[in-house]
Amino acid sequence: MFSNQPQMRPINTYPRWAYFMLAIFFSLAVLYALPNYYGEDFAVQITGEKGAPVSQQTFDEVVGFLNDKQLVIKKSSLEEGTAIIRVNTSEEQLNIRDEINNYLTAKDQRFVVAPNFVPAMPDWLKNIGGQSLKLGLDLRGGIHFLMEVDMKTAIGNREKQYIDDIKTQLREKRVFYASIDSVPNLGILAKFRTEELRDEAEVLIRSNSSSTGLQTRTRETENFYEIVITITQTKLIEIKDYAIKQNIATLRNRINELGVAEPVIQQQGSDRILVQLPGIQDSTRAKEILGKTAILQFRLVDESAGMNASRAPIGSELIEEDGRGFWAVKNAVIVDGSHLTDASVGYDERGMPQINVVLDGEGGGKMLAVTNKNVGRPMAIVLIESRGIYKQVDGKSVLVDTEIIKKVVSAPNINSPLGSRFRITGRFLPTEARDLALVLRSGSLIAPIYIVEERTVGPSLGQQNIDMGKTSIMAGFIAVLLFMLVFYRVFGLVANLALVSNLIFIIMIMSLVPGATLTLPGIAGILLTVGMAVDANVLIFERIKEELKEGVNPAQAIHNGYDKAFSTIADANVTTLIAALVLFGVGTGPVAGFAVTLFIGILTSMFTAIVGSRAIINLIYGGKSIKKISI
Amino acid sequence: MGLFKSKFNIDFFKYRLVATIFSGCLILASIFMIATKGINWGLDFTGGTLVQVSYSEEANINEIRDLLASSGYEKVVVQNFGTSRDIIIRLAPDKNPDAGKEADKIGNEILVLLQESSSTKVELQRTEFVGSSVGDELTQQGGLAILVALIFILIYVSLRFEWKFALGSVAALAHDVLITIGFFALIQMEFDLTVLAAVLAVIGYSLNDTIVVFDRIRENFLRLRKQEPVEVINLSINQTLARTIMTSFTTLEVLIALFILGGASIHGFATALLTGVIVGTYSSIYVASNVTLALGVSKEDLMPPEIEKEGADQEAFI
Repeated sequence: MFSNQPQMRPINTYPRWAYFMLAIFFSLAVLYALPNYYGEDFAVQITGEKGAPVSQQTFDEVVGFLNDKQLVIKKSSLEEGTAIIRVNTSEEQLNIRDEINNYLTAKDQRFVVAPNFVPAMPDWLKNIGGQSLKLGLDLRGGIHFLMEVDMKTAIGNREKQYIDDIKTQLREKRVFYASIDSVPNLGILAKFRTEELRDEAEVLIRSNSSSTGLQTRTRETENFYEIVITITQTKLIEIKDYAIKQNIATLRNRINELGVAEPVIQQQGSDRILVQLPGIQDSTRAKEILGKTAILQFRLVDESAGMNASRAPIGSELIEEDGRGFWAVKNAVIVDGSHLTDASVGYDERGMPQINVVLDGEGGGKMLAVTNKNVGRPMAIVLIESRGIYKQVDGKSVLVDTEIIKKVVSAPNINSPLGSRFRITGRFLPTEARDLALVLRSGSLIAPIYIVEERTVGPSLGQQNIDMGKTSIMAGFIAVLLFMLVFYRVFGLVANLALVSNLIFIIMIMSLVPGATLTLPGIAGILLTVGMAVDANVLIFERIKEELKEGVNPAQAIHNGYDKAFSTIADANVTTLIAALVLFGVGTGPVAGFAVTLFIGILTSMFTAIVGSRAIINLIYGGKSIKKISI
Repeated sequence: MGLFKSKFNIDFFKYRLVATIFSGCLILASIFMIATKGINWGLDFTGGTLVQVSYSEEANINEIRDLLASSGYEKVVVQNFGTSRDIIIRLAPDKNPDAGKEADKIGNEILVLLQESSSTKVELQRTEFVGSSVGDELTQQGGLAILVALIFILIYVSLRFEWKFALGSVAALAHDVLITIGFFALIQMEFDLTVLAAVLAVIGYSLNDTIVVFDRIRENFLRLRKQEPVEVINLSINQTLARTIMTSFTTLEVLIALFILGGASIHGFATALLTGVIVGTYSSIYVASNVTLALGVSKEDLMPPEIEKEGADQEAFI
């Protein structure tokens, strides 16, 4: 960088702007590591269901209610639609969570009320974007699930729908088949008595739009003319992708019921879903709620009772539609969610949102038979969900029962007879339409999921891990500082300053990088980099000593020491970076946490040990003739 | 400051044969241990269920074992974890795939059982359930990770130095990894994911050490053209010895702190790194250089094309 200038500048000096830059870097690092100094407050967080914002009015009501009850609140705020009530102790936290929950439930308003930890830093730090370290589940406590989507069932179900569709279609066109079945390791096998029938059927199957994603080939056996129908690779990927997306959407809906402040729900690999629920310990309850299935039904409305009926006529029941009142819905189910293949949002000719529904062959047939006779009448889409009921026992919420909740999602009029494919129109907002499509889909899981990995960490173990991590970092750190001071004196002190700033840099970067979480192995990673970070300084200092022994004057020795050690340091660290990268690529959870801290630690330690320590050495010894250095 | 200021002048290669035999014995012993005793694979790799609880008083392991046996959990391992009040219970995975789908409930059942039968408070510390398919995958991925890391390092060292050095360093790494794993087989400590992470960190650390020595060997080969390779390598090891000891010492300091103060859940991790750092320090002196020397490294290998060191033309500020 300065290769043309060394003669112009005295030995062992940086230009003034370099010191200035370093001072700015360091100040910024201190500033953005500072939020961690303040720790975290116990808090109760309120969010609307499905991520809807909490209104200022609701917020004021809740705060007013808490004040009326004379409950101690440290601070309350409404930030971007999320209400945060800070309290002083964890007992108060649980108590206030329950109070708010009861209050809002009594008002029949559905919100997610969850205990959480929020950074306790002052507002000015928050305003400049300060963030504190994000703790992994092993430090925070919580549940980690890895769920696998049963793809065999997903594909099997889809095959069955194809078979239904093909049978219906062939029957309509009077193409007689001997049998159509699913054959393992082959696909769908359709058998025909004559070649003509078989060929006719193949043309039909190929031309039909509901058969997209299928490929056919023919073959002859002793008794039959056959078509082997298989699902194309592209379609298979599509089916799997759909199954996993649908499961993620459903899980997200249900996790709202659990009252988790910052849940993680993400796809992992091609058929797995990772769910992390910080702050939750009761895995039985979590599994119960996650494992629940919602049921979707299409049912006719009994119009004799009219809209907002107060009593249900015989053979029907009253079911409420949110914000529109009660419908008298007939008990007979036309079609349920198990026949639903797809539901997506589309737009009609006037640009109004609509929901496109696809049923399988059997469902379509039933739908057609009923709607044919009921054009002009309303049909209700009923969703049946179960929800946990909680009671206060010893100051804790305990799941005592599950209640079945039925609600009418929508009850549009039947404009014309409906078959396998129809659309639901109404006065939807685009977001409402999207939600409804999601609800329809999630009410009919096409593939079951099961848990392949589960880890629960209790809150006390988490705290214990944090405490032990802190103690061991402090102890190891102080041991290294003393050692360096004793062996390298003034230079040791400089290396120690570099080491302290290294730790500050690591904390700053870990706090600011989104997705970088601190885990127990991560703490070990920080500690390991502390041990190894001095390596760069040791290399440099040993070089300086060697130069001195060869009779080089002290100023030149410092210069040469830094110079010659650089490529060694770079080479040695790049290889450790390789190991960290491989670790990050392969590992998940805690191991990835270790890799991240190791990676960050190596980069920051190179900076502080080479540039940082040099700057201080330059300030002490630079630009003047020196007879003796303390190393 | 007498200890490190005196210039070292140890004839390392006088003990070359001894070191070779020593390393050979360690490797054979490790292979023997892994083959006979086997590695005590942790839950992450075998699959199964683990429940860790904390009693408010000292826990009676035998009672717990009997209680579990009478409730139909026969193949369970009940152990203390860190303290006499902490208990860890492990169950092997159910290989029956149909039962496997219910296996995730076992952890909770055991917890409820312990809480109901104890007059004192039983607090949940953690439960883990890993399906056997996940375990198999992790085992494959873990082996793959070590292999991939070694290959990348081989490539990097070949590019920066020369293939003889690359082989020497990879031989040293394989030596360290094998002995660390062998040590785990010997003491039958649980080998879980964090231990795997530690083994990969050992690779990073040991290589760090080796590269520092190699760097000096390269420099000396170019500087001292008259001397024999053995002399050059011996001199290089002596010159870097102070640094090797210093760095090993500071790293060992923090690892010992971690081992003593970090709690039971980090013991495996700390043990693997402690073993690795000690073995790694030794191997960077003997194994890496020995192998490189045995491959017949000479100054001609290092002459072209890189005469100027990287960084030599860069002044001061990085």
